[in-house]
Amino acid sequence: MPETFLDSTELVLNMGPQHPSTHGVLRVILKLDGEKVMGTECVIGYLHRGVEKIGENRTYAMFNPYVDRMDYVAAVSNGLGYCLAVEQLLKVEAPPRAQVVRVILTELNRIASHLLWLGTHALDVGALTPLFYCMREREDVMNIYEKYCGARLTTHAFRIGGLIYETYQGFEQECLEFCDKLLPRIDEYEELLTANRIWQKRLVNVGVLTAEECKDYGVTGPMLRAAGVKWDLRKAQPYSGYETYDFDLPTRTNADSFDRYIVRLEEMRQSVRIIRQGVGRLEVGPVMAKVPKVIKPPIGEAYVSIEAPKGELGYYIVSDGSTQPYRVRVRPPSFVNLQSLDKMCRGGLVADVVAIIGTIDIVLGEVDR
Amino acid sequence: MRDFLRKVFLADLFEGLWVTLRAQHPKNIVTEQYPAARPKVAERYRGAPRLNINPENGETLCIACDLCALACPENLIVVGWERNPETKRKELTTFTYDTSRCMFCGLCEDACPVDALELTQDFELASYSREGQIFDRQMLEEGIHPTPYKH
Repeated sequence: MPETFLDSTELVLNMGPQHPSTHGVLRVILKLDGEKVMGTECVIGYLHRGVEKIGENRTYAMFNPYVDRMDYVAAVSNGLGYCLAVEQLLKVEAPPRAQVVRVILTELNRIASHLLWLGTHALDVGALTPLFYCMREREDVMNIYEKYCGARLTTHAFRIGGLIYETYQGFEQECLEFCDKLLPRIDEYEELLTANRIWQKRLVNVGVLTAEECKDYGVTGPMLRAAGVKWDLRKAQPYSGYETYDFDLPTRTNADSFDRYIVRLEEMRQSVRIIRQGVGRLEVGPVMAKVPKVIKPPIGEAYVSIEAPKGELGYYIVSDGSTQPYRVRVRPPSFVNLQSLDKMCRGGLVADVVAIIGTIDIVLGEVDR
Repeated sequence: MRDFLRKVFLADLFEGLWVTLRAQHPKNIVTEQYPAARPKVAERYRGAPRLNINPENGETLCIACDLCALACPENLIVVGWERNPETKRKELTTFTYDTSRCMFCGLCEDACPVDALELTQDFELASYSREGQIFDRQMLEEGIHPTPYKH
Protein backbone atom coordinates (compact mmCIF):
# COMPACT_ATOMS: atom_id res chain seq x y z
CA MET A 1 0.00 0.00 0.00
CA PRO A 2 1.40 3.43 -0.85
CA GLU A 3 1.52 5.95 1.95
CA THR A 4 -1.44 8.25 2.36
CA PHE A 5 -0.61 11.76 1.34
CA LEU A 6 -3.75 13.33 2.65
CA ASP A 7 -4.55 12.88 6.27
CA SER A 8 -7.88 11.29 5.52
CA THR A 9 -9.70 8.04 5.84
CA GLU A 10 -9.82 5.64 2.95
CA LEU A 11 -12.78 6.09 0.66
CA VAL A 12 -14.21 3.02 -1.01
CA LEU A 13 -15.88 3.77 -4.30
CA ASN A 14 -17.75 1.38 -6.50
CA MET A 15 -17.18 1.65 -10.24
CA GLY A 16 -19.42 -0.35 -12.50
CA PRO A 17 -20.76 -2.88 -13.42
CA GLN A 18 -22.84 -0.53 -15.53
CA HIS A 19 -20.20 1.99 -16.35
CA PRO A 20 -19.49 2.94 -19.94
CA SER A 21 -15.73 2.92 -19.54
CA THR A 22 -15.48 -0.59 -18.14
CA HIS A 23 -16.09 -2.10 -21.59
CA GLY A 24 -18.94 -4.26 -20.47
CA VAL A 25 -19.93 -5.43 -17.04
CA LEU A 26 -16.75 -5.17 -15.03
CA ARG A 27 -17.09 -3.97 -11.46
CA VAL A 28 -14.07 -2.37 -9.86
CA ILE A 29 -13.97 -1.47 -6.19
CA LEU A 30 -11.64 1.47 -5.82
CA LYS A 31 -9.95 2.31 -2.55
CA LEU A 32 -9.22 5.99 -2.73
CA ASP A 33 -7.26 8.53 -0.81
CA GLY A 34 -8.52 11.75 -2.24
CA GLU A 35 -8.01 11.36 -5.96
CA LYS A 36 -5.24 8.81 -5.51
CA VAL A 37 -5.94 5.11 -5.99
CA MET A 38 -4.66 3.03 -3.08
CA GLY A 39 -5.92 -0.27 -4.38
CA THR A 40 -8.47 -1.84 -6.64
CA GLU A 41 -10.44 -5.02 -6.59
CA CYS A 42 -12.08 -6.53 -9.65
CA VAL A 43 -15.44 -8.22 -9.37
CA ILE A 44 -16.17 -10.31 -12.41
CA GLY A 45 -18.79 -12.83 -13.36
CA TYR A 46 -21.65 -10.61 -14.48
CA LEU A 47 -21.51 -12.07 -17.98
CA HIS A 48 -20.88 -15.66 -16.94
CA ARG A 49 -22.76 -18.03 -19.23
CA GLY A 50 -20.99 -21.26 -18.41
CA VAL A 51 -19.57 -21.76 -21.87
CA GLU A 52 -17.09 -24.39 -20.68
CA LYS A 53 -19.91 -26.39 -19.11
CA ILE A 54 -22.04 -26.01 -22.25
CA GLY A 55 -19.12 -27.56 -24.13
CA GLU A 56 -19.45 -30.74 -22.08
CA ASN A 57 -23.05 -31.15 -23.20
CA ARG A 58 -22.58 -30.52 -26.91
CA THR A 59 -20.90 -32.50 -29.62
CA TYR A 60 -17.64 -31.15 -31.00
CA ALA A 61 -19.25 -29.60 -34.07
CA MET A 62 -22.13 -28.14 -32.06
CA PHE A 63 -19.82 -26.35 -29.64
CA ASN A 64 -18.11 -24.49 -32.45
CA PRO A 65 -20.55 -21.54 -32.62
CA TYR A 66 -20.36 -21.00 -28.86
CA VAL A 67 -16.68 -20.18 -28.87
CA ASP A 68 -17.42 -17.18 -31.10
CA ARG A 69 -19.44 -15.73 -28.25
CA MET A 70 -16.58 -15.52 -25.80
CA ASP A 71 -14.40 -12.88 -27.38
CA TYR A 72 -17.06 -11.54 -29.68
CA VAL A 73 -14.91 -8.84 -31.25
CA ALA A 74 -12.42 -11.51 -32.32
CA ALA A 75 -14.78 -14.39 -33.01
CA VAL A 76 -12.75 -15.77 -35.89
CA SER A 77 -9.63 -16.15 -33.74
CA ASN A 78 -11.64 -18.06 -31.16
CA GLY A 79 -13.01 -20.34 -33.82
CA LEU A 80 -9.53 -20.98 -35.16
CA GLY A 81 -8.19 -21.90 -31.73
CA TYR A 82 -11.02 -24.33 -31.07
CA CYS A 83 -10.84 -25.93 -34.51
CA LEU A 84 -7.07 -26.37 -34.22
CA ALA A 85 -7.46 -28.03 -30.84
CA VAL A 86 -10.05 -30.52 -32.09
CA GLU A 87 -8.00 -31.12 -35.23
CA GLN A 88 -5.03 -31.96 -33.04
CA LEU A 89 -7.18 -34.45 -31.13
CA LEU A 90 -8.35 -35.99 -34.39
CA LYS A 91 -4.84 -35.84 -35.87
CA VAL A 92 -6.03 -34.19 -39.06
CA GLU A 93 -4.75 -31.05 -40.67
CA ALA A 94 -6.65 -28.54 -42.76
CA PRO A 95 -5.70 -28.48 -46.45
CA PRO A 96 -3.24 -25.75 -47.56
CA ARG A 97 -5.89 -23.56 -49.15
CA ALA A 98 -8.01 -23.66 -46.03
CA GLN A 99 -5.02 -22.69 -43.92
CA VAL A 100 -4.30 -19.67 -46.08
CA VAL A 101 -7.93 -18.51 -45.93
CA ARG A 102 -7.85 -19.02 -42.16
CA VAL A 103 -4.76 -16.88 -41.84
CA ILE A 104 -6.30 -14.10 -43.96
CA LEU A 105 -9.52 -14.10 -41.97
CA THR A 106 -7.82 -14.17 -38.57
CA GLU A 107 -5.54 -11.33 -39.53
CA LEU A 108 -8.54 -9.34 -40.72
CA ASN A 109 -10.02 -10.12 -37.34
CA ARG A 110 -6.92 -8.84 -35.59
CA ILE A 111 -7.30 -5.58 -37.47
CA ALA A 112 -11.00 -5.37 -36.60
CA SER A 113 -10.32 -6.07 -32.95
CA HIS A 114 -7.53 -3.51 -32.72
CA LEU A 115 -9.69 -0.94 -34.52
CA LEU A 116 -12.49 -1.43 -32.02
CA TRP A 117 -9.97 -1.22 -29.21
CA LEU A 118 -8.50 2.00 -30.57
CA GLY A 119 -11.90 3.59 -31.00
CA THR A 120 -13.21 2.73 -27.55
CA HIS A 121 -9.93 3.44 -25.82
CA ALA A 122 -9.74 6.87 -27.42
CA LEU A 123 -13.34 7.42 -26.37
CA ASP A 124 -12.46 6.56 -22.76
CA VAL A 125 -9.54 8.91 -22.76
CA GLY A 126 -11.61 11.71 -24.25
CA ALA A 127 -11.09 11.68 -28.01
CA LEU A 128 -14.49 11.11 -29.53
CA THR A 129 -13.64 11.27 -33.23
CA PRO A 130 -11.43 8.17 -33.72
CA LEU A 131 -14.34 5.93 -32.69
CA PHE A 132 -16.29 6.85 -35.79
CA TYR A 133 -13.32 6.44 -38.09
CA CYS A 134 -12.37 3.09 -36.58
CA MET A 135 -15.93 1.84 -36.89
CA ARG A 136 -15.95 2.92 -40.53
CA GLU A 137 -12.90 0.79 -41.32
CA ARG A 138 -14.16 -2.07 -39.21
CA GLU A 139 -17.32 -2.08 -41.28
CA ASP A 140 -15.26 -3.14 -44.31
CA VAL A 141 -13.96 -6.16 -42.42
CA MET A 142 -17.48 -6.99 -41.29
CA ASN A 143 -18.67 -6.80 -44.89
CA ILE A 144 -15.98 -9.25 -45.98
CA TYR A 145 -17.12 -11.62 -43.24
CA GLU A 146 -20.74 -11.19 -44.19
CA LYS A 147 -20.01 -12.06 -47.77
CA TYR A 148 -17.75 -14.93 -46.83
CA CYS A 149 -19.78 -16.74 -44.19
CA GLY A 150 -23.06 -14.90 -43.80
CA ALA A 151 -22.60 -13.35 -40.38
CA ARG A 152 -20.84 -10.24 -39.28
CA LEU A 153 -19.86 -10.63 -35.65
CA THR A 154 -20.35 -14.18 -34.42
CA THR A 155 -19.16 -15.65 -37.64
CA HIS A 156 -18.83 -19.42 -37.19
CA ALA A 157 -16.52 -19.21 -40.18
CA PHE A 158 -14.36 -22.31 -39.65
CA ARG A 159 -15.32 -25.91 -39.23
CA ILE A 160 -13.31 -28.75 -37.75
CA GLY A 161 -11.05 -29.94 -40.54
CA GLY A 162 -11.04 -26.84 -42.67
CA LEU A 163 -13.72 -24.56 -44.04
CA ILE A 164 -17.25 -25.16 -45.14
CA TYR A 165 -17.52 -22.11 -47.37
CA GLU A 166 -15.45 -21.57 -50.46
CA THR A 167 -14.29 -17.97 -50.85
CA TYR A 168 -16.74 -15.82 -52.77
CA GLN A 169 -16.19 -14.14 -56.11
CA GLY A 170 -13.93 -11.15 -55.59
CA PHE A 171 -12.69 -12.13 -52.12
CA GLU A 172 -9.03 -11.55 -52.93
CA GLN A 173 -9.82 -8.26 -54.61
CA GLU A 174 -11.76 -6.98 -51.61
CA CYS A 175 -9.07 -8.02 -49.14
CA LEU A 176 -6.40 -6.19 -51.14
CA GLU A 177 -8.58 -3.12 -51.55
CA PHE A 178 -9.19 -3.08 -47.81
CA CYS A 179 -5.43 -3.31 -47.16
CA ASP A 180 -4.72 -0.44 -49.53
CA LYS A 181 -7.41 1.63 -47.86
CA LEU A 182 -6.40 0.86 -44.30
CA LEU A 183 -2.76 1.92 -44.36
CA PRO A 184 -3.41 5.63 -45.05
CA ARG A 185 -6.22 5.47 -42.52
CA ILE A 186 -3.86 4.23 -39.81
CA ASP A 187 -1.63 7.20 -40.60
CA GLU A 188 -4.71 9.35 -40.18
CA TYR A 189 -5.31 7.97 -36.69
CA GLU A 190 -1.72 8.71 -35.86
CA GLU A 191 -2.19 12.24 -37.10
CA LEU A 192 -5.17 12.59 -34.82
CA LEU A 193 -3.70 11.04 -31.73
CA THR A 194 0.02 10.33 -31.54
CA ALA A 195 1.29 13.89 -31.37
CA ASN A 196 -1.75 15.21 -29.54
CA ARG A 197 -0.66 16.65 -26.21
CA ILE A 198 -3.78 15.56 -24.34
CA TRP A 199 -3.43 12.02 -25.63
CA GLN A 200 0.20 11.97 -24.52
CA LYS A 201 -0.55 13.48 -21.12
CA ARG A 202 -3.19 10.85 -20.51
CA LEU A 203 -1.16 7.85 -21.63
CA VAL A 204 2.58 8.36 -21.27
CA ASN A 205 3.83 6.70 -18.07
CA VAL A 206 0.33 5.60 -17.15
CA GLY A 207 -0.19 1.96 -16.31
CA VAL A 208 3.42 0.86 -16.46
CA LEU A 209 3.89 -2.91 -16.27
CA THR A 210 7.49 -3.95 -16.78
CA ALA A 211 8.55 -7.08 -18.61
CA GLU A 212 9.31 -8.87 -15.35
CA GLU A 213 5.89 -8.02 -13.92
CA CYS A 214 4.22 -9.05 -17.17
CA LYS A 215 5.84 -12.47 -16.88
CA ASP A 216 4.81 -12.73 -13.22
CA TYR A 217 1.20 -12.05 -14.08
CA GLY A 218 1.22 -14.17 -17.22
CA VAL A 219 0.31 -11.17 -19.33
CA THR A 220 0.60 -11.81 -23.06
CA GLY A 221 -0.10 -10.06 -26.31
CA PRO A 222 0.49 -6.40 -27.12
CA MET A 223 0.96 -5.56 -23.43
CA LEU A 224 3.94 -7.91 -23.21
CA ARG A 225 5.39 -6.66 -26.48
CA ALA A 226 5.05 -3.06 -25.33
CA ALA A 227 7.31 -4.04 -22.42
CA GLY A 228 10.01 -5.05 -24.87
CA VAL A 229 9.59 -8.83 -24.91
CA LYS A 230 9.57 -10.27 -28.41
CA TRP A 231 7.00 -12.95 -27.74
CA ASP A 232 4.30 -13.85 -30.19
CA LEU A 233 2.92 -17.34 -30.60
CA ARG A 234 2.80 -16.84 -34.35
CA LYS A 235 6.60 -16.80 -34.23
CA ALA A 236 7.24 -18.87 -31.11
CA GLN A 237 4.96 -21.83 -31.87
CA PRO A 238 3.75 -21.30 -35.43
CA TYR A 239 0.38 -22.72 -36.39
CA SER A 240 -1.57 -22.64 -39.66
CA GLY A 241 1.63 -22.01 -41.57
CA TYR A 242 2.55 -18.73 -39.90
CA GLU A 243 6.23 -19.69 -40.05
CA THR A 244 6.17 -19.14 -43.82
CA TYR A 245 4.89 -15.56 -43.63
CA ASP A 246 7.22 -12.63 -43.43
CA PHE A 247 6.27 -10.15 -40.72
CA ASP A 248 7.88 -8.30 -37.84
CA LEU A 249 7.01 -8.15 -34.19
CA PRO A 250 6.71 -4.55 -33.11
CA THR A 251 8.09 -3.98 -29.62
CA ARG A 252 8.56 -0.92 -27.43
CA THR A 253 10.40 -0.48 -24.19
CA ASN A 254 8.51 1.98 -21.98
CA ALA A 255 5.73 -0.51 -21.13
CA ASP A 256 3.14 2.22 -20.62
CA SER A 257 -0.27 2.79 -22.18
CA PHE A 258 1.17 4.94 -24.95
CA ASP A 259 3.54 2.19 -26.03
CA ARG A 260 0.70 -0.31 -26.16
CA TYR A 261 -1.13 2.06 -28.47
CA ILE A 262 1.90 2.30 -30.76
CA VAL A 263 2.40 -1.48 -30.70
CA ARG A 264 -1.20 -2.16 -31.65
CA LEU A 265 -1.14 0.31 -34.51
CA GLU A 266 2.06 -1.27 -35.80
CA GLU A 267 0.51 -4.73 -35.46
CA MET A 268 -2.30 -3.65 -37.76
CA ARG A 269 0.30 -2.70 -40.37
CA GLN A 270 1.98 -6.08 -39.96
CA SER A 271 -1.39 -7.81 -40.34
CA VAL A 272 -1.84 -5.99 -43.64
CA ARG A 273 1.51 -7.43 -44.75
CA ILE A 274 0.37 -10.94 -43.81
CA ILE A 275 -2.95 -10.55 -45.62
CA ARG A 276 -1.20 -9.40 -48.77
CA GLN A 277 1.12 -12.40 -48.69
CA GLY A 278 -1.79 -14.71 -47.97
CA VAL A 279 -3.86 -13.44 -50.89
CA GLY A 280 -0.91 -14.09 -53.18
CA ARG A 281 -0.78 -17.69 -51.99
CA LEU A 282 -4.40 -18.67 -52.58
CA GLU A 283 -4.30 -21.70 -54.83
CA VAL A 284 -7.04 -23.90 -56.14
CA GLY A 285 -7.57 -26.89 -53.92
CA PRO A 286 -9.86 -28.55 -51.42
CA VAL A 287 -10.84 -26.61 -48.31
CA MET A 288 -11.99 -29.49 -46.14
CA ALA A 289 -9.90 -32.36 -44.85
CA LYS A 290 -11.30 -35.87 -44.49
CA VAL A 291 -13.19 -35.67 -41.23
CA PRO A 292 -15.75 -38.29 -40.19
CA LYS A 293 -19.36 -37.09 -40.09
CA VAL A 294 -19.65 -37.91 -36.41
CA ILE A 295 -16.57 -36.52 -34.75
CA LYS A 296 -15.33 -38.99 -32.16
CA PRO A 297 -11.74 -38.22 -31.22
CA PRO A 298 -9.67 -40.95 -29.55
CA ILE A 299 -9.16 -40.77 -25.78
CA GLY A 300 -6.62 -38.10 -25.06
CA GLU A 301 -6.11 -34.43 -24.51
CA ALA A 302 -4.91 -31.49 -26.53
CA TYR A 303 -3.82 -27.97 -25.70
CA VAL A 304 -3.52 -25.55 -28.56
CA SER A 305 -2.78 -21.89 -28.05
CA ILE A 306 -2.87 -19.23 -30.69
CA GLU A 307 -2.04 -15.57 -30.76
CA ALA A 308 -5.42 -13.88 -30.54
CA PRO A 309 -5.54 -10.09 -30.90
CA LYS A 310 -5.49 -9.77 -27.11
CA GLY A 311 -2.81 -12.34 -26.31
CA GLU A 312 -2.43 -16.06 -25.87
CA LEU A 313 -5.72 -17.84 -26.38
CA GLY A 314 -5.55 -21.49 -25.43
CA TYR A 315 -8.01 -24.34 -25.75
CA TYR A 316 -7.50 -27.41 -23.60
CA ILE A 317 -9.79 -30.24 -24.58
CA VAL A 318 -9.99 -33.63 -22.90
CA SER A 319 -11.65 -36.38 -24.88
CA ASP A 320 -13.07 -39.54 -23.35
CA GLY A 321 -13.66 -41.12 -26.73
CA SER A 322 -17.30 -40.11 -26.98
CA THR A 323 -18.93 -37.57 -29.26
CA GLN A 324 -18.84 -34.89 -26.59
CA PRO A 325 -15.76 -33.40 -24.99
CA TYR A 326 -15.11 -34.50 -21.41
CA ARG A 327 -13.80 -31.08 -20.53
CA VAL A 328 -13.17 -27.88 -22.43
CA ARG A 329 -11.00 -25.35 -20.73
CA VAL A 330 -10.31 -21.97 -22.25
CA ARG A 331 -7.29 -19.91 -21.39
CA PRO A 332 -8.55 -16.45 -22.29
CA PRO A 333 -6.10 -13.61 -22.72
CA SER A 334 -8.46 -10.97 -21.33
CA PHE A 335 -8.98 -12.78 -18.03
CA VAL A 336 -5.28 -13.19 -17.38
CA ASN A 337 -4.37 -9.69 -18.51
CA LEU A 338 -7.07 -8.16 -16.33
CA GLN A 339 -5.37 -9.49 -13.18
CA SER A 340 -2.63 -6.92 -13.63
CA LEU A 341 -5.14 -4.06 -13.25
CA ASP A 342 -4.51 -3.62 -9.54
CA LYS A 343 -0.75 -3.50 -9.99
CA MET A 344 -1.01 -0.84 -12.70
CA CYS A 345 -3.61 1.32 -10.96
CA ARG A 346 -1.94 1.68 -7.57
CA GLY A 347 -0.60 5.12 -6.96
CA GLY A 348 -2.34 6.57 -9.98
CA LEU A 349 -5.39 8.77 -10.24
CA VAL A 350 -9.02 7.77 -10.73
CA ALA A 351 -8.98 9.04 -14.31
CA ASP A 352 -6.01 6.77 -15.00
CA VAL A 353 -8.04 3.73 -13.97
CA VAL A 354 -10.30 4.33 -16.96
CA ALA A 355 -7.33 4.67 -19.29
CA ILE A 356 -5.73 1.53 -17.86
CA ILE A 357 -8.88 -0.59 -18.23
CA GLY A 358 -8.97 0.56 -21.83
CA THR A 359 -5.34 -0.21 -22.46
CA ILE A 360 -5.62 -3.82 -21.28
CA ASP A 361 -8.16 -4.42 -24.08
CA ILE A 362 -10.59 -6.66 -22.27
CA VAL A 363 -13.80 -8.18 -23.52
CA LEU A 364 -16.01 -9.20 -20.63
CA GLY A 365 -17.56 -12.01 -22.59
CA GLU A 366 -14.16 -13.63 -22.54
CA VAL A 367 -13.27 -12.74 -18.97
CA ASP A 368 -16.42 -14.33 -17.56
CA ARG A 369 -17.10 -16.91 -20.31
CA MET B 1 13.04 25.42 -31.27
CA ARG B 2 10.77 23.76 -33.79
CA ASP B 3 9.15 21.74 -31.03
CA PHE B 4 8.66 24.87 -28.99
CA LEU B 5 6.96 26.70 -31.88
CA ARG B 6 4.78 23.69 -32.59
CA LYS B 7 3.73 23.71 -28.98
CA VAL B 8 3.01 27.43 -28.88
CA PHE B 9 0.96 27.43 -32.08
CA LEU B 10 -0.92 24.25 -31.08
CA ALA B 11 0.29 22.49 -34.22
CA ASP B 12 -0.56 19.02 -32.89
CA LEU B 13 -4.15 20.00 -32.20
CA PHE B 14 -4.65 21.69 -35.57
CA GLU B 15 -3.23 18.70 -37.42
CA GLY B 16 -5.81 16.51 -35.75
CA LEU B 17 -8.55 19.03 -36.42
CA TRP B 18 -7.62 19.04 -40.09
CA VAL B 19 -8.31 15.30 -40.23
CA THR B 20 -11.73 15.90 -38.74
CA LEU B 21 -12.48 18.68 -41.20
CA ARG B 22 -11.43 16.54 -44.15
CA ALA B 23 -13.98 13.93 -43.13
CA GLN B 24 -16.76 16.49 -43.44
CA HIS B 25 -16.55 16.41 -47.22
CA PRO B 26 -19.80 14.98 -48.65
CA LYS B 27 -18.01 12.20 -50.50
CA ASN B 28 -16.54 10.98 -47.22
CA ILE B 29 -19.91 10.46 -45.55
CA VAL B 30 -20.57 6.77 -45.11
CA THR B 31 -23.65 6.68 -42.89
CA GLU B 32 -26.45 4.42 -44.04
CA GLN B 33 -29.95 5.87 -43.74
CA TYR B 34 -31.25 2.56 -42.53
CA PRO B 35 -35.05 2.41 -42.48
CA ALA B 36 -35.30 4.78 -45.43
CA ALA B 37 -32.62 3.03 -47.46
CA ARG B 38 -32.52 -0.73 -46.93
CA PRO B 39 -29.12 -2.35 -46.97
CA LYS B 40 -28.57 -5.18 -49.37
CA VAL B 41 -27.14 -7.98 -47.31
CA ALA B 42 -24.80 -10.59 -48.73
CA GLU B 43 -26.02 -13.63 -50.58
CA ARG B 44 -24.78 -15.99 -47.87
CA TYR B 45 -26.36 -13.98 -45.07
CA ARG B 46 -27.78 -16.12 -42.30
CA GLY B 47 -31.08 -14.50 -41.37
CA ALA B 48 -34.65 -15.68 -40.96
CA PRO B 49 -35.14 -19.39 -41.64
CA ARG B 50 -37.23 -20.58 -44.55
CA LEU B 51 -38.56 -23.98 -45.54
CA ASN B 52 -38.27 -24.23 -49.29
CA ILE B 53 -41.08 -25.59 -51.40
CA ASN B 54 -40.87 -27.16 -54.79
CA PRO B 55 -41.84 -24.39 -57.25
CA GLU B 56 -43.35 -26.85 -59.70
CA ASN B 57 -45.97 -28.53 -57.54
CA GLY B 58 -45.94 -26.44 -54.38
CA GLU B 59 -45.01 -29.38 -52.16
CA THR B 60 -42.44 -29.09 -49.44
CA LEU B 61 -38.91 -30.19 -50.19
CA CYS B 62 -38.49 -31.38 -46.61
CA ILE B 63 -38.24 -35.15 -46.25
CA ALA B 64 -38.70 -35.05 -42.46
CA CYS B 65 -35.35 -36.73 -41.86
CA ASP B 66 -34.88 -34.83 -38.56
CA LEU B 67 -31.20 -34.15 -39.27
CA CYS B 68 -31.57 -30.40 -38.72
CA ALA B 69 -33.12 -31.00 -35.30
CA LEU B 70 -30.23 -33.30 -34.41
CA ALA B 71 -27.61 -30.83 -35.63
CA CYS B 72 -29.06 -27.86 -33.76
CA PRO B 73 -26.97 -26.97 -30.68
CA GLU B 74 -29.95 -25.31 -29.02
CA ASN B 75 -32.52 -28.01 -29.82
CA LEU B 76 -34.98 -25.48 -31.14
CA ILE B 77 -36.25 -27.34 -34.21
CA VAL B 78 -39.15 -29.76 -33.83
CA VAL B 79 -40.08 -31.80 -36.87
CA GLY B 80 -43.48 -33.49 -36.87
CA TRP B 81 -44.12 -36.26 -39.39
CA GLU B 82 -46.29 -39.26 -40.06
CA ARG B 83 -45.82 -42.21 -42.33
CA ASN B 84 -48.00 -42.30 -45.41
CA PRO B 85 -49.53 -45.79 -45.45
CA GLU B 86 -49.68 -45.90 -49.25
CA THR B 87 -46.20 -44.77 -50.24
CA LYS B 88 -44.60 -45.92 -46.95
CA ARG B 89 -42.69 -42.62 -46.84
CA LYS B 90 -42.38 -40.06 -44.09
CA GLU B 91 -44.41 -36.94 -44.71
CA LEU B 92 -43.93 -33.64 -42.96
CA THR B 93 -46.86 -32.49 -40.85
CA THR B 94 -45.55 -29.72 -38.60
CA PHE B 95 -42.28 -27.85 -38.34
CA THR B 96 -41.48 -25.39 -35.57
CA TYR B 97 -38.41 -23.24 -35.43
CA ASP B 98 -37.87 -21.09 -32.33
CA THR B 99 -35.94 -18.04 -33.53
CA SER B 100 -35.87 -16.54 -30.03
CA ARG B 101 -33.27 -19.14 -29.08
CA CYS B 102 -31.58 -19.33 -32.46
CA MET B 103 -28.01 -18.05 -32.80
CA PHE B 104 -27.99 -18.35 -36.58
CA CYS B 105 -24.94 -20.57 -36.66
CA GLY B 106 -26.08 -22.28 -39.86
CA LEU B 107 -25.53 -25.85 -38.66
CA CYS B 108 -29.11 -26.83 -39.54
CA GLU B 109 -28.78 -25.64 -43.10
CA ASP B 110 -25.45 -27.48 -43.40
CA ALA B 111 -27.12 -30.66 -42.17
CA CYS B 112 -30.08 -30.53 -44.56
CA PRO B 113 -29.54 -33.14 -47.30
CA VAL B 114 -32.15 -31.72 -49.69
CA ASP B 115 -31.60 -27.97 -49.22
CA ALA B 116 -35.09 -27.57 -47.80
CA LEU B 117 -34.15 -25.55 -44.71
CA GLU B 118 -32.34 -22.38 -45.52
CA LEU B 119 -31.31 -19.24 -43.64
CA THR B 120 -32.33 -16.36 -45.84
CA GLN B 121 -31.44 -12.72 -46.28
CA ASP B 122 -34.40 -11.44 -44.27
CA PHE B 123 -32.97 -9.79 -41.19
CA GLU B 124 -35.88 -7.95 -39.61
CA LEU B 125 -36.99 -10.50 -37.06
CA ALA B 126 -38.54 -8.32 -34.37
CA SER B 127 -41.98 -9.18 -33.09
CA TYR B 128 -44.28 -7.94 -30.36
CA SER B 129 -44.46 -11.20 -28.43
CA ARG B 130 -42.38 -14.20 -27.58
CA GLU B 131 -44.85 -16.41 -29.38
CA GLY B 132 -44.26 -14.37 -32.52
CA GLN B 133 -40.64 -15.54 -32.46
CA ILE B 134 -41.64 -19.16 -32.84
CA PHE B 135 -42.00 -19.88 -36.53
CA ASP B 136 -44.48 -22.57 -37.53
CA ARG B 137 -44.54 -24.40 -40.83
CA GLN B 138 -46.73 -21.84 -42.55
CA MET B 139 -44.51 -18.93 -41.54
CA LEU B 140 -41.41 -20.82 -42.57
CA GLU B 141 -42.78 -21.56 -46.00
CA GLU B 142 -44.20 -18.12 -46.70
CA GLY B 143 -41.32 -16.16 -45.20
CA ILE B 144 -41.55 -13.11 -42.97
CA HIS B 145 -43.09 -9.89 -44.18
CA PRO B 146 -41.64 -6.96 -42.28
CA THR B 147 -43.63 -3.75 -42.37
CA PRO B 148 -42.05 -1.47 -44.97
CA TYR B 149 -41.01 1.86 -43.53
CA LYS B 150 -42.89 4.89 -44.84
CA HIS B 151 -40.74 7.94 -45.08
